[in-house]
Amino acid sequence: MTFEEIYRQEWGQVVATLIRLTGDWDLAEECAQEAFAAALQRWPEDGVPDRPGAWLTTTARNRAIDWLRREAVGAQKLREVAAVSVEQDPPYDVPDDRLRLMFTCCHPALAMEARVALTLRTLAGLSTAEIARAFLVPETTMSKRLTRAKQKIQHAGIPYRVPPAHLLPERTPAVLAVLYLLFNEGYSDVVRSQLSSEAIRLARLLVQLMPAEPEAAGLLALMLLHDARRDTRLASDGALVTLDEQDRTRWDHTQISEAVDVLDGALQLGASGPYQVQAAIAACHATAPTAADTDWPQIAALYAQLPQTPVVALNRAVAIGMADGPAVGLRLVEDLAAGPLTGYHLLPATRADFLRRLERRPEAATAYEEALSLATTDAERRYLEKRLREVSVRS
Amino acid sequence: MKYLLMICGDESAAEHANDGCGGWSEDMEARGVVTGGAGLHPPDEATTVRVREGELLLTDGPFAETKEQIGGFVLIDCADLDEAVEIAAKHPAAGYGTIEIRPVLEPPPGVV
Repeated sequence: MTFEEIYRQEWGQVVATLIRLTGDWDLAEECAQEAFAAALQRWPEDGVPDRPGAWLTTTARNRAIDWLRREAVGAQKLREVAAVSVEQDPPYDVPDDRLRLMFTCCHPALAMEARVALTLRTLAGLSTAEIARAFLVPETTMSKRLTRAKQKIQHAGIPYRVPPAHLLPERTPAVLAVLYLLFNEGYSDVVRSQLSSEAIRLARLLVQLMPAEPEAAGLLALMLLHDARRDTRLASDGALVTLDEQDRTRWDHTQISEAVDVLDGALQLGASGPYQVQAAIAACHATAPTAADTDWPQIAALYAQLPQTPVVALNRAVAIGMADGPAVGLRLVEDLAAGPLTGYHLLPATRADFLRRLERRPEAATAYEEALSLATTDAERRYLEKRLREVSVRS
Repeated sequence: MKYLLMICGDESAAEHANDGCGGWSEDMEARGVVTGGAGLHPPDEATTVRVREGELLLTDGPFAETKEQIGGFVLIDCADLDEAVEIAAKHPAAGYGTIEIRPVLEPPPGVV
């Protein structure tokens, strides 16, 4: 394992344990950083210890003791921290700390952006500069945001714990939402793909820590399925490649079977939720040998199980149109036209697509033009321009 | 931790003026978390004071021109924000108005 891999794997645990021991977020991060710096010096000579996480936690804890001793703050706190022997009674093996940290970072009393930033900093170990780059804000802005979030946790008395059982149902969705947001930030942009990997890594951790939570597994499966298709979503010229035209041999099939296993496990827990349903939809796409083999009736039935937001209704219309023919799909999409989706480029784009399939080319061209004027990314614009050219050519 | 619960409502809160707190006060009294509080006269009976460059400026009405105004406040002392949220959520005003939870600044050492 490379040092980078050990860092990614152990950072969250070391920080989480140190926060529990000292109750001080900044001190915990500083001591963790010093422990990793010490490892970088010592390990090349002494070799990597058997349990690098325990070594790092012990080293970080000793730094904290030194600091507390120097500052002579609270003899009681010092005794508490010193009393814990990491080697003999390893809190390192107790997964609680990271789970506690995850729930604290994702507390609903924090603003969403603060939850995301704090999760990346304290659990994933990304530097402030990396997080700032990922969210396209100046480093000083991100640094202030993180400081404010940590201050709020302390001043507002946000507890450092996994919430008691009666609060879990209302708190777990917040944790899942942060991870999914993180994933999507990285999925929509090649430059930020690191965020997607971190989201998957943290979701894996969450599933390991909360094996009885089906939606955590559902989310992990969903992210793995999307991620398996990552490399085929853009053409060499940067245009979006739709599912039916993606090169299926280039999908990560190992990852797809892993996701299907995770999803099966989640479904067996017997409490279906939106992440599992979305994962099931993604699995229908990912496991179809060709686009023509896609089980559209099944996908339409799954969309019906989701909360009927306007975007879900549109996706469902697409699935029904694919199952029952473009004329049916077109009627459903036209029913949605006057609703809250006005101005959403995928609405005219979907209409255009059904019109194209119905060979109503001039109308399709008009709809593609409308979609083009509403599209928000270059990749989408390139795709729509290509389609527009196709339907505009006289045959 | 000490928190101030600011009980806010809009004009419709007047309908609830004589409802009382439906046992909330008694429950919290029994739990020993309430350390003070009071209901307030309506915002049109408020007077706002500012001193700017030595000059006293008095205005009629509340300082903020918003629909939601503070109708009362409670000072509580409890374990953490989650308990404060739980206490605030049980207050009947949470059902029609809003309750802002603000942690109270602990006085610096030497003040008390």
